[in-house]
Amino acid sequence: MSKSRIMAFTWATMKNLFSKPVTKNYPAQPIQYPEGARGHIEIDIDECISCGLCERNCPPGALKVEKPPKGTWSINRFDCIACGYCVSNCPKSCLHMVTGYQEPMDEKFDYSETRPHMGEEWVKAQAEKVAKAKAIAAQKAAEKAATETK
Amino acid sequence: MAKRSVVPFGPQHPVLPEPIHLDLVLEDETVVDVVPSIGFIHRGLEGLVSKKDYKEYLYIAERTCGICSFGHGNGYSLAIEKVMGVEVPDRAKYLRVVWAEMNRIHSHLLWAGLMADAFGFENLFYQCWRIREKILDMVELTTGGRLINSVDTIGGVLRDINEDQAKLILNNIRDIETELKAIRDTFLEDYSVQTRTRGVGVLTKQQAHDLGCCGPLARASGINYDMRVLGYDAYGMLDFEPIIGTDGDNYSRCKCRLDEAFQSIDLIRQALTKMPAGEIAVPVKGNPDGESFIRIEQPRGEAVYHVEASGDKFLDRFRVRTPTFANLAGMCETMKGAQYADIPLLVVTIDPCISCTER
Repeated sequence: MSKSRIMAFTWATMKNLFSKPVTKNYPAQPIQYPEGARGHIEIDIDECISCGLCERNCPPGALKVEKPPKGTWSINRFDCIACGYCVSNCPKSCLHMVTGYQEPMDEKFDYSETRPHMGEEWVKAQAEKVAKAKAIAAQKAAEKAATETK
Repeated sequence: MAKRSVVPFGPQHPVLPEPIHLDLVLEDETVVDVVPSIGFIHRGLEGLVSKKDYKEYLYIAERTCGICSFGHGNGYSLAIEKVMGVEVPDRAKYLRVVWAEMNRIHSHLLWAGLMADAFGFENLFYQCWRIREKILDMVELTTGGRLINSVDTIGGVLRDINEDQAKLILNNIRDIETELKAIRDTFLEDYSVQTRTRGVGVLTKQQAHDLGCCGPLARASGINYDMRVLGYDAYGMLDFEPIIGTDGDNYSRCKCRLDEAFQSIDLIRQALTKMPAGEIAVPVKGNPDGESFIRIEQPRGEAVYHVEASGDKFLDRFRVRTPTFANLAGMCETMKGAQYADIPLLVVTIDPCISCTER
């Protein structure tokens, strides 16, 4: 059946004239993201153990993890595709997907966070720990050998 | 015989959201032949299987296309699950149907908007996209992403739809159904729209069959070809009949797609009502070893996924045949004998997705 629908659209036009706009007045009015919206990755750096699983499982290769003593976690937010695969692979659950997108910039850069208590002191403390553990192991081995000789 | 001339169309053109080039052979204003060229946005996604492990590749597979991304992720997951013999929990199957059908509605509404824009009905274009926005909001609420969902995983899905969200979706789709009815009436009953759709770009049933068309393009020509009847995911547990057209013209394709949007609303309603409680994913261990072949129905038609693996974490081969690739030959056939002014409309009428086609 062929007819004109001009009245239906006139009605829609009139309705739109006297109703609130469907579009948001962005950026004057900030966008409300629903809970659980995937925006960007944040890290709870205190919990990070620099295992590097997130880096190995990042599809676009946007993550970079430097082992101690540097202990840095870097992300190129412009390469990140917000898939959330790193979040599901993190053994310490220190990565989180939070709402809000990366704002546009004129150049790409790495956003980096460093684990606390890293640096020379941390290296010295770790070396002392390792030396102590080695000494205990050597002492135990010597005691065991002495017992076997008796 | 009139003098023949060749007019280039694309790759950049106001009606084209993505680049495709057509060489139109004209006799006066009538198109007598069309030579398509693609390859402007080839990204080599299939080759990446040699660099990304099979679980990581899922996120790349679903980025094959921005509109039917859930379908690509779903197809890839189904192919890997078939190789590995993974049985997906029933709830996950229903959730996949809900998201796949939401993708279908917003894809068809995107197409309806572009179609309205192509025949110069700006108001209708905005109305279509206004409704589409509501669907996208629901997709964002339930998956976390508006277009790229990243919610599928091998062995199930990553997110659940809770009762409040299900109620909200059911309420919203009721409103959307009412609004969609007004859009449908305008597309199918308005005489000025019909001048651009009735009897334009006819593709007969035999032509659609011979050229291997799929999806709404084939169904509008009277071919009963809908992969959802195979019963993958939870489609086997839901009641629906493929929507078949008769005339094979622009009007029939409009009708087919708009009716499918209503059918998708019905499927979402059924899936949310019948969805059982339980797990949404099963753990998957080991690497795939074998070969599988999966066909699913995406908004634009049948998509084919072929996976080959040999027990390694990297797949040997991944191949996807997307619906637009199959429909390009049909599109060129619809153009033969058409007027030059109808060409933009005939390009849009197959709902082309060039990113899918070129991968």
